[in-house]
Amino acid sequence: MRDKRLTFKKRLHILKHHYRGKKMAPAFNAFHTFLFTPNDTTHSGGHVRAADDLKRTMNTVIMALIPILVFSFFNTGYQHYAAIDAASGVPRTLDLMGNFFTWENFWLGFTLVIPLVIVSYGVGLLVEFIFAVIKGHEVEEGYLVTGMLVPLIVPVDTPLWMLAVAVVFGVVIGKEVFGGTGMNILNPALTIRAFLFFAYPTWMSGDKVWVHGAVDRAGTADAISGETILGYLAQNNASEYSYSTSDMFFGFIPGSVGETSAFLCLLGGIFLIYSKIASWRIMVSAVIGALVMGLIFNGVVDAGIIGETSKFYGLMSFDFWKHLIVGGLAFGIVYMATDPVTGSQTNRGKWIYGFLIGFISVMIRVFNPAYPEGVFLAILLMNVFAPTIDHYVIRGNVKRRMKRLNNASVFTGPGEGKEEELKVETA
Amino acid sequence: MAILSKKDTNLILDPLADNNPITIQVLGICSALAITAELQASVVMALSVIFVLGVGNVVISLMRNIIPSKIRIIVQLVVIATLVIIVDQVLKAFAYELSKTLSVFVGLIITNCIIMGRFEAFALGNNVWRSFLDGIGNALGYGVILIAVGFFRELLGSGTLFGIKVFGDPVTKTGLYATGYENNGFMIIPPAALIVVGIIIWIQRSKNRALIEEN
Repeated sequence: MRDKRLTFKKRLHILKHHYRGKKMAPAFNAFHTFLFTPNDTTHSGGHVRAADDLKRTMNTVIMALIPILVFSFFNTGYQHYAAIDAASGVPRTLDLMGNFFTWENFWLGFTLVIPLVIVSYGVGLLVEFIFAVIKGHEVEEGYLVTGMLVPLIVPVDTPLWMLAVAVVFGVVIGKEVFGGTGMNILNPALTIRAFLFFAYPTWMSGDKVWVHGAVDRAGTADAISGETILGYLAQNNASEYSYSTSDMFFGFIPGSVGETSAFLCLLGGIFLIYSKIASWRIMVSAVIGALVMGLIFNGVVDAGIIGETSKFYGLMSFDFWKHLIVGGLAFGIVYMATDPVTGSQTNRGKWIYGFLIGFISVMIRVFNPAYPEGVFLAILLMNVFAPTIDHYVIRGNVKRRMKRLNNASVFTGPGEGKEEELKVETA
Repeated sequence: MAILSKKDTNLILDPLADNNPITIQVLGICSALAITAELQASVVMALSVIFVLGVGNVVISLMRNIIPSKIRIIVQLVVIATLVIIVDQVLKAFAYELSKTLSVFVGLIITNCIIMGRFEAFALGNNVWRSFLDGIGNALGYGVILIAVGFFRELLGSGTLFGIKVFGDPVTKTGLYATGYENNGFMIIPPAALIVVGIIIWIQRSKNRALIEEN
């Protein structure tokens, strides 16, 4: 070896060979393949060559999330300063270039959101590495998307240690106990969110947590509001917020870090559908489901069944289509419901699965007394039912085709054993 | 142990580990979920079950040759019910607050599958001494898991053990709470017990691979 100056890639390669067969091997392999394309090629057998491997799929979703992450920096800062202005009696009017896309907003948001991202990835990947080493398999890519989703669906002031605890719980109980990436029943990011919600409700709900600083300033002279639109509606205080419909659509509203902008979720959704990563059936049917439930509630109010004094009036009388642009519904539909592992696999199943997600989300949103939001609960619930839906869709298909087989004139009649065989195969 | 032969020792030790009623046979889960939010309740529940199962096994074993097999379930129920009522009344008399915490779950010892299971599987076919040991062993196995689950749930969920504040005061923010630590509300709700029991099962099976069932 004349050239003593080894490249980083070569060093990793040598390390990999050094540790081949040892316990730590998967950790080095993962590092190597994450940073570089390995030189190793397969020498035997026929292989299907496809570019859309797991890593590519994950990276596409992350690309679709980047605009949301960047937007969240600005919005986090903007909401903080806007709330301070509002508390001092001079409410801000939104001026896109003047007071939204400013360096000040960006920097505040950046310093608040990036630690969440780092903790999410650091802890999550550490757990993945540990499990890969214990189990002796390669590190799986599954956490790449989860790690990006998690910081976007929590309130901005979530303490980092809580996030770390929740990530450990979510990755271990939500994914690893079922056998790792691709085997999980529940969406790990939502498992993490649900754990945080039930474990530390004071940090996950209420009128303080959604804007940076509202918790620290509570009770002092500098107190600011951190209430979301849904929060106002749940208390029948629809007149107290001053967000316009376009604010809601473009996302200049308080909420979890990355969920506010329905516009960016829409763009991300189009990108994911165009790149054939996510299922358009789930997205479309979930939107339909939410609209239907919203219409039912509007109808109930219009019929006079629910009066203005009812505690459900605020949310029920909310225009049905606006449910799509406030809260986490758009984000959940585009990035969470479409998870190919935990969602339905059959086409007809996807329609049912998506529809029920939208439908139940709005239902929980209205009826949940403690917390006017239910997207994560609805998606987790449907995650559990997805295999059942698929099962019945497939059974229905089998039944239809059995009928066709029985009616077919080519056969004089199905063979005795044939029917049983088919049943066994498709059960 | 000179008093106990090796076979008898196994009657007590087996249910503690490799034949644990909760983690291996997965019996008696309902009470393990319901009352383990506090360590004190877990301990009392464990003691109650030890009493009921130990004495019950002896009684059933004594009567094993005179119980007509057609009505044996009814006889067993009467024995359990009698013992459970004794426990319930003693608790109400001497630890009223605690008996309110445990509420119906003392009464529900009657339906605890472990007890009926040991009557059927062991006491009906073995002598008094061995039945007694078996009852104590199984109840201990149940109690150990209950106490372990109760320990973690109370420690993480309320920051206390037997009601004593371990981490400091969460309201005035002393001790660990001064650093920003908060109690985990998730551990208070019953699903957490399911997950803690699940983790115990997981650890036990990865330590002893013979326990893993073949698919």
